[in-house]
Amino acid sequence: MTLLEIQDLNVGVDSREIIRGLDLMVNAGEVHAIMGPNGSGKSTLSHVIAGKPGYEVTGGHILFRGEDLLEMEPNERAAKGVFLAFQYPVEIPGVTTMNFLRTALNAQRKARGRGELSTPEFLKKVREVAGSLNITRDMLKRGVNVGFSGGEKKRNEVLQMALFEPSLCILDEIDSGLDIDALRIVASGINGLRSPERAMIVITHYQRLLHYIVPDYVHVMSKGRVVKSGSKELALELEACGYAQFETAA
Amino acid sequence: MTQVLAKADAGCATSNFLASALERLPGAGLVPHIRARAFEAYARAGLPHRRMEAWRYTDLRALIGEVLPLAPRPDAAALARAKASARRVAVDQAVKLVLVDGIFAPELSDLGELKNELHVQSLREVLENSATGAMAGLVLSTTDDAVIALNAAMASDGLVISIAEGNTIRRPIQIVQVATGSSVSAFTRSYLQLDKGAHATVVQSFISAEGASGYQANDVLIALAGDEASLSHLRIAADAADAVNISSGIIAVGTRAKLDLFSMTCSGSINRYQGFVTLGGEGSKLSANGVNLVKDKLHADTTIVVDHAVPHCTSRQKFRAVVDDCGRSVFQGRIVVRPVAQKTVASLSTRALLLSDQAAADNKPELEISADDVTCSHGATSGALDNNLVFYLRARGLSEMDAQMLLIKAFIGESIEEIFADNLRDFVTAQAEHWLQERL
Ligand SMILES: Nc1ncnc2c1ncn2[C@@H]1O[C@H](COP(=O)(O)OP(=O)(O)O)[C@@H](O)[C@H]1O
Ligand SMILES: [Mg+2]
Repeated sequence: MTLLEIQDLNVGVDSREIIRGLDLMVNAGEVHAIMGPNGSGKSTLSHVIAGKPGYEVTGGHILFRGEDLLEMEPNERAAKGVFLAFQYPVEIPGVTTMNFLRTALNAQRKARGRGELSTPEFLKKVREVAGSLNITRDMLKRGVNVGFSGGEKKRNEVLQMALFEPSLCILDEIDSGLDIDALRIVASGINGLRSPERAMIVITHYQRLLHYIVPDYVHVMSKGRVVKSGSKELALELEACGYAQFETAA
Repeated sequence: MTQVLAKADAGCATSNFLASALERLPGAGLVPHIRARAFEAYARAGLPHRRMEAWRYTDLRALIGEVLPLAPRPDAAALARAKASARRVAVDQAVKLVLVDGIFAPELSDLGELKNELHVQSLREVLENSATGAMAGLVLSTTDDAVIALNAAMASDGLVISIAEGNTIRRPIQIVQVATGSSVSAFTRSYLQLDKGAHATVVQSFISAEGASGYQANDVLIALAGDEASLSHLRIAADAADAVNISSGIIAVGTRAKLDLFSMTCSGSINRYQGFVTLGGEGSKLSANGVNLVKDKLHADTTIVVDHAVPHCTSRQKFRAVVDDCGRSVFQGRIVVRPVAQKTVASLSTRALLLSDQAAADNKPELEISADDVTCSHGATSGALDNNLVFYLRARGLSEMDAQMLLIKAFIGESIEEIFADNLRDFVTAQAEHWLQERL
């Protein structure tokens, strides 16, 4: 089943073109890696899928389960099952992680026509997932991401992904700033969420992550388009030869 | 009485106005003389204006122009309306003292079992009882501030409360000040004395009855927290949308005593809270916090002057303002550290959140430090909600409104969380959330 269908997408910021005729098709159960040099538009693509204001879509469309995603508010997209793990998760002082998780989870459940979780059910769920990601109770009591290290912030993104049970997960450089142990924890958390109903788009600059999260497809992005698609071997090829060959191709 | 007390142009008035008011104002013996002197002091200065540093952002001459005539004594109908409104702001567990249009209303007040632990008199009683003439001078004392002088001249009633040495009053004492009239003014003055080691919480709520509009409230609270005493004082202004409220707190804190001050303004047209705190005993501590919740055309000014008069005192202040529509929030925080006040620790943080393009906030921290061995810090910011934070929350399933609400609550929570008692913190939180809901 096709979850995400992007056709001839064009996106600009302040009248500058950033995404220029991008196509991408993602089916349930698949893991796609998007690789590309800095500035090629990977984060922009993830923001546009999630609905961040400030981008102008000048052409093309994005369908999610056949529905026009671009017409939806960001929270509607989340409720439909779109989840973006941010490259740079923000800090929210004064809102404890626990309160945030609960508010967000209940908002999504409500939009999906499900009731709120009871406090014990919620706590059980959070503690289970948090434990597997080495997220301490103290972190859950602190303001969202406040005083978290880079790795802790990334683990907090994966925690949310596990709680919200999205059908499309976009992971924007989930590996950046992680040491090898943290990378293992994060990757195993993500791998545990792979399922036939769920698709993932793993955005990364480096091949390293793809040793841990093995993709079905690899796309190379350069200057706002997908310039080459292939199987997981493409990532190895990139590791050997670098992005330079694609810079000119675009 | 339809004449006004002070005209905008001159900002002063003739003593005829006082003479006619005096007939209705309580006070025997020297009291009329004290009032006349206070009125002269007011008349010399007139209403404060922007060329006076302390009133730079709140030019009363321009903003209110004139002082309205005294409210009539509340009749039975007014008392009934006041009663209905007072119920809505009742703090859980509090004993209640109600002033209606500037007059103490014993029939709406109830001290419960605290009758025996608290010594409560009305200001009227104190001023009319010649045996307490010295007390009258104390209660009606003035500063060089014209609105405080005017209040001394015109105060019609208030409460004089004293708590004896070592007494701990567990239930909050709530003074509810209700306005029922329109285009009239009420001058109230209360006096609070905590003897050595006494503990108490006093909440002052300013509200209006259904239908009251365009009134002016001028209140002064003089409080003394004796050595090792602990006083929590909350002041919550929720006046009618077109009302003026000028409240002044003059509070002295003794040796190793503690004062927790919290001020919240959530409605009205012009609001000024000015708190003057003197840390006059070594080892005393002040925690002063507050929020201005400002929308429509409200002008809300919180001005706090802390005088570190002796060594080893601590003051911590956190003020937050949320400003929407064409509202304006002013925060002035002056910290004076006297030459003798070594080892002073003082901090002041003021932040304003602007929710509309027309919203404005003025933050003026002012440190006058004359001692060298001190730790003082201050920070002031103002700005809009961070769109990246709003988007993060929306991407996690919150509507734009809910995302904003959560962030605004967190923002004002930084100040509200400083309120020590759970029930009062919950009370203030509920009032703030009510304001946020109404904004939608
Ligand atoms: N808000 C923005 N305003 C202006 N330029 C932007 C903005 N966001 C991204 N860009 C530009 O778009 C290009 C792509 O950025 P980005 O999507 O972050 O790339 P990547 O994630 O692949 O490193 C870069 O040249 C970047 O400078
Ligand atoms: Mg990026």
